[in-house]
Amino acid sequence: MTEPALLQARDVRKSFGQIEVLKGIDLTVSQGQVVSLIGASGSGKTTFLRCINLLEEHDGGEILLDGDPVGYIMAGERRKRLSETRISAQRARLGMVFQQFNLFPHLTAAANVMLGLTKVQGKSDAEARDIAQHWLGRVGLADRSGHYPYQLSGGQQQRVAIARAVAMQPRLLLFDEVTSALDPELVAEVLSVMQGLAESGMTMLLVSHEMLFVRDVSHHVVFLDQGKVAQAGPPSEVFDNPQSDRLRSFLGRFHGLFGRG
Amino acid sequence: MDFSMAPGTFLFEAWQARASLLSGLGVTMLSSALSIVIATVCGLAMGVALAYGWWWLRLLARLYVDLMRGIPLLVLILFTYYGLALFGINVPAFWAGVIALGAFATAHVAENFRGAVQSVPAGQMEAAKAIGLTFGKRLSYVILPQAVRRMLPPWVNTALEIVKGTTLLSIIGVVELLLSAQQAMARNYMIIDFYLLTAALYVAINFTLAQLGASLERRFSYLRY
Amino acid sequence: MIDYHFDWSVIARNAGKLTDALLLGLGLAVVSLLIGSVIGLLAAYARVSGKAWLSAPVWAYVEFIRCTPLLLLIFFLYFGLPEFDVTFLDKTQSFVLSLSLYAGAYMCEVFRAGLASIPKQYVEAAKAIGLRPWQRQAYVILPVMFRITLPSIGNNLISLFKDTSLAAAIAVPELTFTARQINANTFRVMEVWLTVSALYLASAYLIAMMLRLLERRYASIR
Repeated sequence: MTEPALLQARDVRKSFGQIEVLKGIDLTVSQGQVVSLIGASGSGKTTFLRCINLLEEHDGGEILLDGDPVGYIMAGERRKRLSETRISAQRARLGMVFQQFNLFPHLTAAANVMLGLTKVQGKSDAEARDIAQHWLGRVGLADRSGHYPYQLSGGQQQRVAIARAVAMQPRLLLFDEVTSALDPELVAEVLSVMQGLAESGMTMLLVSHEMLFVRDVSHHVVFLDQGKVAQAGPPSEVFDNPQSDRLRSFLGRFHGLFGRG
Repeated sequence: MDFSMAPGTFLFEAWQARASLLSGLGVTMLSSALSIVIATVCGLAMGVALAYGWWWLRLLARLYVDLMRGIPLLVLILFTYYGLALFGINVPAFWAGVIALGAFATAHVAENFRGAVQSVPAGQMEAAKAIGLTFGKRLSYVILPQAVRRMLPPWVNTALEIVKGTTLLSIIGVVELLLSAQQAMARNYMIIDFYLLTAALYVAINFTLAQLGASLERRFSYLRY
Repeated sequence: MIDYHFDWSVIARNAGKLTDALLLGLGLAVVSLLIGSVIGLLAAYARVSGKAWLSAPVWAYVEFIRCTPLLLLIFFLYFGLPEFDVTFLDKTQSFVLSLSLYAGAYMCEVFRAGLASIPKQYVEAAKAIGLRPWQRQAYVILPVMFRITLPSIGNNLISLFKDTSLAAAIAVPELTFTARQINANTFRVMEVWLTVSALYLASAYLIAMMLRLLERRYASIR
């Protein structure tokens, strides 16, 4: 069973000044797949995720979304940056959920979800409100739609942020360590929402340190090490048969989680 | 102060001068309002340039802001008035003053705007990008509504400075409130009374402005991080 | 620029006059800042005293000055004081009085904010080593507050220096007045205003630089 490639990254490179953080990343995400990026901090996984919707801009290689190059096209030998309008349109096809939630503090939960629907997709207020209500219901916050972010707990804010991203019906949802800023007792509610999305067939690319969750929900796991893909494959293979010392020692930190298999 | 209404008393003389005082008050309020509008519109545009412009645009805007903040307002007004005349552009004193005041306050508004938008956490801009909003929409729906609360107090201060600054227009012969009061004093010699009356009018205008600003600020109190 | 030919010799001929005027302006600003600081410090203590009969008049003074144009204050004292038979002030002294009163209100706000931002533990530590109230003020609170408020004091000095241009309105021979005088005699408007603007800018810039040095010096003691 081979699905068409929804996201394809080829030899993606990125430097911050002298430091090369991505040294040629290749990665494919197919329709309906859940792909997880794991690795130590500084391995480049968040940077790579941010390159996909151009919060960072890669300096080499290419990222294709449904076959279209993201951010840059090659005009002969030269890379040419797409116009801001084109880039915004590409971003609208991707959803992103952040570690720090980044809800808009001046808008209610419903208005947070509605903003993209009305101002990017041009939907009417009434239609956007229905969609927002639907998705807030799906993340278990139907009764919180009129609340402002400061009135919500961290877990609730993050669920609103997920609703905001998924309501746009993106081709691909990006999750950037979305549980790292949460108090431990609030992690489960966010993970269960993500699990529900995965089961409904949403295509997802996530960076996470929740190894049990990653192992449970992913179709494909990619271990990044020092800006390169060190090992990739189905979770059973990556977790149970690490090919390098680096991956073994990385997984060793989560020892006890996998002990009983 | 004698409060009866006989000639030579303060109330009588104030009543005598009412038309010119009111007209002066009108000129003060009109020139203030025009300058505030100019400064707000141009200041926001320049603030965007300062905060988000290409490097050369930022440099130009920065140069302008520092220039305007280093030169006294009175010098700017005199320069505009006499300088423009030299170029064969005969701007009435009123407009020369409004242009100078507006140009001066633009720098302050721009600098305040830059500070305010840069105080909005970076994640807000990223989240706005991530849902696909274009630059103008990111500014108007996400950044500005959050920056406005921090922009308001310095904006009110700038407005007060403008109202006070309109007195300098009297030096190039615009008969605004201060000059109209002085003209009245030249007739009735009631120097203390009329200066106090004028001061009271300025305090009334500015105190109202400050209160208005404070009540606006309270309306944004839902903004918490 | 239709028919204007620059002739900078007017500046050279009046260099001495302009220098004197610039120094006078700087002097007026510094003296007013000093007097204003004394007023402001007393006013700030009155404001935080917690006694209404002390803090209410100070509040009124600060709000009044904040809402009143400086030019009006200058005229009021210059033309108004003689009405009260206060005739011993010449125009320069009268201007310094106006600018000091003006500065006092702004300095009051600066010092009040400074007093409010002093960490409590300094005061507690000062109590703990047994300093008496005035000693706590003199050796702990004031030095700390001075450091906290140094940038604001500097900004006020620059503002006051620019405000000295208003002294021209009562014919104090500072820079702006001198410029107008030269203009009236020579009609070299562009040269004179450009020079005067540059002098104001350069002075403001120099004051800012000196302040940054001063701040760095104090920051390194910490």
